Amino acid sequence: MMKRKKSETIHKKSRWSNYSRSDKIFLIAVYAILISLTLICLYPLYFTVIASVSDAHSVYRGEVNLFPKGFTMAAYELVFQNKSIWRGYGNTLFYTIAGTAYNMFLTLPAAYALSKKRMYGRGVLTVLFLITMYFGGGLIPSYILYTNLNLINTRWVLIIPAGLSVYNMIVTRIYFQNNIPETLYEAARIDGASEFSIFFKIVLQLSGPIIAVIALYYAVEHWSSYFSAMVYIRDTKLQPLQVVLRNILILNESAYQDALQASDATAETIENAAKQAYMALTMKFSLVFIASAPMLAIYPFVQKFFVKGIMIGSLKG
Amino acid sequence: MKRKDSKHKKGYVRKRLKESWQWYVLLLPALIQLIIFSYGPMYGVQIAFKDFRASKGIWGSPWVGLDHFVRFIQYPNFWKLLKNTLSITTLSLATFPCAIIFALLLNEVKNLRFKKSVQMITYMPHFLSEVVVCSLVILFLDRTSGPVNNLIAALGGERTAFMGIPKAFPSIYVFSGLWQSIGWSSILYISALSSISMEEVEAARIDGASRLQVLWHINIPGILPTIVITFLLRVGNLMSLGYTKILLLQNDLNLDVSTTISTYTYEIGMLQGQYSYSSAIGLFNNIINICVMLIANQISKKVSQVSLF
Repeated sequence: MMKRKKSETIHKKSRWSNYSRSDKIFLIAVYAILISLTLICLYPLYFTVIASVSDAHSVYRGEVNLFPKGFTMAAYELVFQNKSIWRGYGNTLFYTIAGTAYNMFLTLPAAYALSKKRMYGRGVLTVLFLITMYFGGGLIPSYILYTNLNLINTRWVLIIPAGLSVYNMIVTRIYFQNNIPETLYEAARIDGASEFSIFFKIVLQLSGPIIAVIALYYAVEHWSSYFSAMVYIRDTKLQPLQVVLRNILILNESAYQDALQASDATAETIENAAKQAYMALTMKFSLVFIASAPMLAIYPFVQKFFVKGIMIGSLKG
Repeated sequence: MKRKDSKHKKGYVRKRLKESWQWYVLLLPALIQLIIFSYGPMYGVQIAFKDFRASKGIWGSPWVGLDHFVRFIQYPNFWKLLKNTLSITTLSLATFPCAIIFALLLNEVKNLRFKKSVQMITYMPHFLSEVVVCSLVILFLDRTSGPVNNLIAALGGERTAFMGIPKAFPSIYVFSGLWQSIGWSSILYISALSSISMEEVEAARIDGASRLQVLWHINIPGILPTIVITFLLRVGNLMSLGYTKILLLQNDLNLDVSTTISTYTYEIGMLQGQYSYSSAIGLFNNIINICVMLIANQISKKVSQVSLF
């Protein structure tokens, strides 16, 4: 790595002039395409931020494009007054943490067991897991099952049925197989360690990266999912953030209703009644920002783990 | 060693079981989970061949054979559902090369800081939830306030309510998906590209090959196995268009093109309560999916020696 870097810097001095004409055109095209693609990926997020702090009327009329106009935090103030959003946030946090913990409890030991080539019946058991990646019962049979298990309309329905992702389990298994040297196990066994203590004391200690990757995969999944909650939970008190978002952003449920009720319709709010119709729009942008900020804030720090996960998964195991 | 073991098979099995029992204990929670929540619904899928009554349960409901399947195929809108599904999935399959091209272009960049920033930003949309992405789509395409229309108006065009145009629906669905996933799906190819030997590239460069020629004759063949595998996985999903995102983008105006087999399964089952019929449609779709994937896998095995299994 170091060596390559060095040789690159030596090359650099005379590089551009050494290129042929066609190479120059090619490189310019490459950079042009990449820069525009990056801007396309970035702009919607940037626009969300500037629209959420702009004057509602300007946003409504399409006057906000590159810079915020009439800076105001009014949209955020109104959103924060909405109780269902806070409740949704709290619920989502619970589902994400409890769900991920349950996921890890199932995934890690299973991945370790299936990484053992000497386990009797390993092939059959692995196939049993793999089949479910291609074939499933579908929506209604699952719904009937959850009904029979009395999971419908409880918090558990968002945690227990989604307990295991076979894909994540396989990725973990491949990591265990490739990254923990066999000699380590042998040494532990000679010391008389049981398989359980090997798993807890050696395997888990040495597998920090994969544990982080898998936990993050699961956590993102829990954080982002709306469909299960929409279908299996009727009680609005149990709804996660994504369902609240869907009600407001997609179904256009009024987001500032709570705020209106809370403030007892003072003279000021009545005066601003017309303005509030526009406010619905900027509130949507502020909501998008609030809902995505936590993920986007931790993302730069965990990005390399995610990428690593994909690369492990791409190895055939 | 092995031969000796097979002679004393009983003792061998016992020995292996004795050696394995702790691993079985570790596997047990996941296995129970799998049996209940993955194989449980598979057991329940028999209601596709029955007339399911909640009072009689899955087992007690009377068999009706293939009635539900026949009913679905004879359903007047069957072909429309199929067409809607395929028009979205084929368009999405057509965008398959985008992530590959992106990875190939990024591979040409030698400035590490630029490369890292591009990767960082293009991976970001992957972390937005479906609800957020669909809301952004709707907000951005809005006729009066959406930035897309602002741009069109600035360029002298006519403002258009894109969400209300049925024809635009497949493109909106596919390209918003592409926006969200292009960076993320390129990771695989980028890592495959990084394993191509530098010597080969250097040698070609010394022989006077242009960058484009290197890309075409060394880089693309180098990542071809990766491309084939991901392509197979995509083809396998040709019919399994998820309904969660479609339901978010669906509105009264585009209903005619946005009703697919999967959203119909949802509608029939969850909203109308026709459990058996809905299960039959779901099963029908799943089976076609598996067939498509198996065929693609066989073809690929013959043509390129690369296959999933």
